[in-house]
Amino acid sequence: MVLEFEKPIADLEQKLQEMKDLAKGKNIDLSADIQSLEDKIQTLKKETFENLTRWQRVQLSRHADRPYALDYIHEITNDFIEIHGDRNVKDDKAMVGGLGDIHGRTVMFIGQQKGRNTKQRQERNFGMANPEGYRKALRLMKMAEKFGKPIVTLIDTPGAFPGLEAEERGQGEAIARNLKEMFKLKVPVICIIIGEGASGGALGIAIGDKVFMLENTWYSVISPESCSSILWRSWDYKEQAAEALKLTAKDMLSNKLIDGIISEPLGGAHKNLKMMATTLKATIVEALSELDKLEADKRIEMRIDKFCAMGVVKE
Amino acid sequence: MAWFKRTDKGIKTSTEEKKDAPDGLWYKTPKGNIIHTRELKSNAYVCPDDDYHVKIGSKEYFEILFDENKFEELDGNLTSGDPLQFVDSKPYTTRIEETIKKTELNDAVRTAVGKLNGEDVVISCMDFNFIGGSMGSVVGEKIARAIDYSLKNKIPFLMISKSGGARMMEAGFSLMQMAKTSAKLALLDNAGIPYISLLTDPTTGGVTASYAMLGDLNIAEPGALIGFAGPRVIRETIGKDLPKGFQSSEFVLEHGFLDFIVDRRQMKNRLGTLLKLLRN
Repeated sequence: MVLEFEKPIADLEQKLQEMKDLAKGKNIDLSADIQSLEDKIQTLKKETFENLTRWQRVQLSRHADRPYALDYIHEITNDFIEIHGDRNVKDDKAMVGGLGDIHGRTVMFIGQQKGRNTKQRQERNFGMANPEGYRKALRLMKMAEKFGKPIVTLIDTPGAFPGLEAEERGQGEAIARNLKEMFKLKVPVICIIIGEGASGGALGIAIGDKVFMLENTWYSVISPESCSSILWRSWDYKEQAAEALKLTAKDMLSNKLIDGIISEPLGGAHKNLKMMATTLKATIVEALSELDKLEADKRIEMRIDKFCAMGVVKE
Repeated sequence: MAWFKRTDKGIKTSTEEKKDAPDGLWYKTPKGNIIHTRELKSNAYVCPDDDYHVKIGSKEYFEILFDENKFEELDGNLTSGDPLQFVDSKPYTTRIEETIKKTELNDAVRTAVGKLNGEDVVISCMDFNFIGGSMGSVVGEKIARAIDYSLKNKIPFLMISKSGGARMMEAGFSLMQMAKTSAKLALLDNAGIPYISLLTDPTTGGVTASYAMLGDLNIAEPGALIGFAGPRVIRETIGKDLPKGFQSSEFVLEHGFLDFIVDRRQMKNRLGTLLKLLRN
């Protein structure tokens, strides 16, 4: 899939390929031209991806090739054992989790999971968890706390599922409980937005000592589309809504609503999963070693104080 | 030839110029019963003929719940900032100013401390009139401070929710108010101070997904709309009509997320008894 703003790059890349094929087939030396075209592509890429609009970043966060939670988990852990079920209703496939080894240390991973093809998307419910997903997440967090293992959550959801059964089983209560309980967890909690961070559905696993966003992700109270439909009464103002919501990693950091940005490979996380996973792993390891230095009570106090300082009011 | 001829051009009133109808002497319930507003007031704003609970605000709830309507308001002067310089059909700052003027409220929640049947209580009550009772920084901060007051003075906390959810014009800041209020409730938990959440019509979105559902006791007025997603969104998602009574207080009670439903006319006494039982 090529996004609108990626087209000029894709066109040049195609030209480059043609040139390379030509050089090989006809056995002529085009290395100077090839080099110059490669430089041109590199410059264009840099220019394009440094100057993305907010809406373009939203598009990147939803890119069909973008790595999902399990892609990262498998990439950065050695032994990973997935854990299933909320012990009440069912196993929510939109919320995954399990124990994994990262640098000889066991970490509890939890995250929303999207699907790659139609069948998977259905199975994963497009990464929209039901209440049992949030309750499964909480069960895993409590287990991590019991065994003194740190928690890493990977957030990637267009929202908590707005379905009939979700309401019957208390979607609101499930998210609310997670918010409160996550403030009490005695183990370190690191939360990373890896794709979409939509509203309460994202926040439901995003209360942490450290909250990071990947460079091309968004995190806000509502998606630009829904915001457009409510405030402008039309679906056509999504670009404008994205601008108004200030939902990118840079915006969220400058408003002190997150703790840091994790940079992505040029062109987005999907261009180089290995490289992205390495950066992600390094960030987790570094954050953990920092959090390890604090007593549990101190960590909890700082976690609470951090979120309580968020907001702008006039007295 | 037409019977009536329009002589004046452009007599359509633009939305901005339309005036709110003045409060009349009579109130008509959705079922069509008509009641005198004076009688309504003396009946805790419940229609005696069909038990319809009229939507009311903090002023009325305080009047119903506090002994002799005596209370001390906390943080009454807090007003909203505009951290994102948000503009949709009009700038957020203009919207706030206009709403303050129209409603004579400073934001969508008011906090007060006083006595309810002799029991000390801190009450935060939302006002739906103020941008749909939406939760922005002021709502989050005032609730956080109300809980701080509860903690400091060891007084039970009663939250009366009535909200469409988060305030979009504060985007990320609004979302984090869910976290902030839940953090304070975690502290209240640890201190063993009771928190009663009263859900009224309507309570949806981020408010349901944070403090409204976190009471030691969650109670509601009859017939209130209570849910996470709004009914329109759910209908569009599942592509089917919703069953009758879906997301009503009665439905939520039946599914185990409320402790009981209380008629507004008995509310004060029920709450008084509850607070006494929790204290003794």
